[in-house]
Amino acid sequence: MAKVPVQFTLNGSEKAEFVESGTTLLNALRDKIGDTSPKGGCHQGTCGACSVIIDGELRLSCLTLAETCGGADIRTTAGLAEGGVLHPLQRAFLDAFATQCGFCTPGMIMAAKVLLDRTPNPSREDVVEALSGNICRCTGYEPIIQAVLLAARANSQNAA
Amino acid sequence: MSLALQTYSSVKDANAALQAAGARYIGGGTLVVRAANEGDISVSSLVRVTDPGLSRIAVSGGKVRLGASVTMAAIARHPELAALAPAARAVGGPAIRNMATVGGNLFAPSPYGDFAVALLALDATIVTEEGELPIETFLAGRDTSRAIVTAVEVALPEAESFRFLKVSRVKPKGVSVLSIAALLRRREDGTVTAARIALGCMADRPIRALAAEKALLGCKLTVQEIAPALMTSSEGIAPITDPIASAWYRAEVLPVHLGRLLLV
Repeated sequence: MAKVPVQFTLNGSEKAEFVESGTTLLNALRDKIGDTSPKGGCHQGTCGACSVIIDGELRLSCLTLAETCGGADIRTTAGLAEGGVLHPLQRAFLDAFATQCGFCTPGMIMAAKVLLDRTPNPSREDVVEALSGNICRCTGYEPIIQAVLLAARANSQNAA
Repeated sequence: MSLALQTYSSVKDANAALQAAGARYIGGGTLVVRAANEGDISVSSLVRVTDPGLSRIAVSGGKVRLGASVTMAAIARHPELAALAPAARAVGGPAIRNMATVGGNLFAPSPYGDFAVALLALDATIVTEEGELPIETFLAGRDTSRAIVTAVEVALPEAESFRFLKVSRVKPKGVSVLSIAALLRRREDGTVTAARIALGCMADRPIRALAAEKALLGCKLTVQEIAPALMTSSEGIAPITDPIASAWYRAEVLPVHLGRLLLV
């Protein structure tokens, strides 16, 4: 199978790789580029563990072909911490015990980031809706919802 | 993985490429990449079209033309498409809605395709390179159709006259137990003068509840008067059985949910 070049920005840095045609973005990120923060849960678009942000929109990297991401701006959870300082969402997930096994966490955080980028002070309903495409089998969701609300409060306090 | 992606700038060129064995059209990828990930070896190449016209939404004179690549998210947030927004929001979670397209939803097998249920109730017109088809004709022939859908045209209903309901077990978002869309015209006194009802999950694709539509004519939307329509709503249905619900369960609860939708 012919290899095709793909080039995009990942968490602010330029990446270029050759992938087999038809490779999903998830596999390209994990196996070629080495960013294992998006997880392959169901590969069916059901669980949300592979969620990434492409050009500002939440997408499922398991259903996105790497070739269609030429020139795109891709953000993953691995790019959130700056110089060893956790992103407010990461901090809130720790503080609110929103992580047990951790497999859903990167997808949850990406979905929450898109929400907070657009709606800095979300209601509980906004949070539930924003996370509705992400499945967690450990926490029962409540600590995750609380973590996102906590991060929103932390953000608005920092801004004030 | 042995998939080859072919990219074309025009639908005409892509149509030719689609004639090859194993070639499938890719819109948002939520159906076809899913199938490939699941091991569907009948898919060997994917054909996509980058023509920006396919992502256009044009509203004029009470009608909307949705390009086939328009996403559910784009419909849900469009200020002039409030009538269609509930059906668009019923599809998937936020990430799926950013990817899933109008064109793809027309091909989604039950239990998916909630938006197509709404389009069926609204008597949408399906536009392909080869011409235009009423949605009912299109859905009946979709398994063998090889022409690329380029757009969907639909008359925008008044908010009052159009109702949509999706029932799922997981809240707020889950796969359909069933979905129902109803377009009702009523006289001032509330008597139904025209009804078009579409059902999701009641066959392998969206179907109309023809007997119930007929039974509603001349009725007012009261518990007593809609009872005959609810009785006949399961005429001609062949619900799917899947991990969400059995065919028996879906048939049992259809009249209940149709009643709730009509009595809103």
